[in-house]
Amino acid sequence: MEKRIYLDNAATTRVLPEVFETMKPFFTEEYGNPSSAYEFSGRVANRIAEATEEIAKLINAKAKEIYFTSGGSESDNWALKGVADALKSKGNHIITSKIEHHAILHTCEYLEKQGYEVTYLDVDENGLVDPAALEKAIRPETILISVMFANNEIGTIEPIAKIGEIAHKHGIYFHTDAVQAFGHVPIDVEAMHIDMLSASGHKINGPKGIGLLYIRTGTKISNFIHGGAQERGRRAGTTNAPGILGFSKAVSIASEKMDERTAHETKLRDRLIERVLSEIPHSRLNGHRENRLSNNTNFCFRFIEGESLLILLDKKGICASSGSACTSGSLDPSHVLLAIGLPHEIAHGSVRFTLSEETTEEDIDYTVESLKQIVERLRSMSPLYEDFVKKEKLSKVH
Amino acid sequence: MSQVTEYSEKLMDHFMNPRNVGEMENPSGVGTVGNAKCGDIMRMYLDIDENRVVKEAKFKTFGCGAAVATSSMATELVKGKTVQEALEVTNKAVMEALDGLPPVKIHCSLLAEEAIHAALWDYAKKNDIVIEGLKEPVNDIDETEEFYKMQGE
Ligand SMILES: Cc1ncc(COP(=O)(O)O)c(C=O)c1O
Repeated sequence: MEKRIYLDNAATTRVLPEVFETMKPFFTEEYGNPSSAYEFSGRVANRIAEATEEIAKLINAKAKEIYFTSGGSESDNWALKGVADALKSKGNHIITSKIEHHAILHTCEYLEKQGYEVTYLDVDENGLVDPAALEKAIRPETILISVMFANNEIGTIEPIAKIGEIAHKHGIYFHTDAVQAFGHVPIDVEAMHIDMLSASGHKINGPKGIGLLYIRTGTKISNFIHGGAQERGRRAGTTNAPGILGFSKAVSIASEKMDERTAHETKLRDRLIERVLSEIPHSRLNGHRENRLSNNTNFCFRFIEGESLLILLDKKGICASSGSACTSGSLDPSHVLLAIGLPHEIAHGSVRFTLSEETTEEDIDYTVESLKQIVERLRSMSPLYEDFVKKEKLSKVH
Repeated sequence: MSQVTEYSEKLMDHFMNPRNVGEMENPSGVGTVGNAKCGDIMRMYLDIDENRVVKEAKFKTFGCGAAVATSSMATELVKGKTVQEALEVTNKAVMEALDGLPPVKIHCSLLAEEAIHAALWDYAKKNDIVIEGLKEPVNDIDETEEFYKMQGE
């Protein structure tokens, strides 16, 4: 078999065999529509009820506060558009950050076209939102604060409890896009004052096409998909039973193994960071050194461009990404890297490696060795590096 | 990276095995074009003999796979040509020689054409001659130095 080292787990993850096994019968045997009246379907409905309990437990929510969606993007859209619509007589101002996923940013842009005003908070050089700046941005007409739990590109974990506290104090709804954090870091919607939370199955070894929006009881939010009475009348569409059961299985595994997995990933992540920074000159780590997801690394290599690097990594069997996978097809470098203050040229030279529980020390070492060769090769053909070396020589002579 | 899968075999070959990468000691003409914002910077060196024929061409490129491949192909295409013929190596010619480019990468071929023009411009200036149809290339600002100064590198 050809070598493959998958280090793009922030893009998507492998469905675990146990998860797939859980899902299978609900395609071919237990295929009844859980909304139907007969016992054949009732069995499925019962399994879904149990699965929902399991998922709610992970974030200290109640099962009736979990609404299944098609994924993180839909949940983000629903939270923002749903609250904007439900509270339009109360206000028209939303606060978010500059480093959100496009599912948030593009939804905000859409809402701006509808007459809403959006404040995009700056972040510091590590990607952290400043809670004091957030509090200052609050106006009488602010109806929603949406700040991501952890960033998908640079892995920085935001001060969510602090933001929740501020939102709560001012009586403003707080939504968090927790797609990268859910199942990876402990989340407590009560302690953190979270009113809405988006999560997605495929980032935690679950299936694609299933996600959820947690909505705190009593939150005013308009329905999103109109149709049948599924999801307590708030999100129509025949229930995705295999998806929900797979998602739930992935959640129970993630929750059971969270500590063990975090320890494993952190050890390898730190090995990767330390080796890269010490063995490859002119490299830098993007994102917060400590406050970051245990599986995330993001580097810039000066004088070289990210896509070339990715192709050469791919030739060595290493799957990584440059900026957000969603950024490909666009020529602009990542908005996240620009927001932490990197110039365009350096932002173009970024690579993200996101680990999993299955990543090994050999994988990391092979990746570092490959990177060293590739970076050297690309620098040898870079006019920027040529100029740099010439300048260094000159300054040594003088 | 969706566009990578759209790269032709020829393009991938010129990326993986770029022709004429390097520098030149005393080039007849050298030109650097591109824009840090778009993430592509190309430098082309030309060695031109007394009959105004391009004897040797070298390049260095900072950029994506397509940027490297178009530079590589551009150096191949100008070698052996007269200055006037080299001026007629268009972005389209570079693109066709690579069996096409994904639409979002077409600007790379334009950059390769500009790199040829910039090197020819330098040659014309050094030798105080006029190459018919050649315009002065434009240069871009560089924000990177500032950043690293701030970081104390
Ligand atoms: C932070 C964040 N939000 C939202 C999404 C979108 O999730 P989905 O792919 O489930 O729609 C992603 C996935 O890339 C993400 O990383």
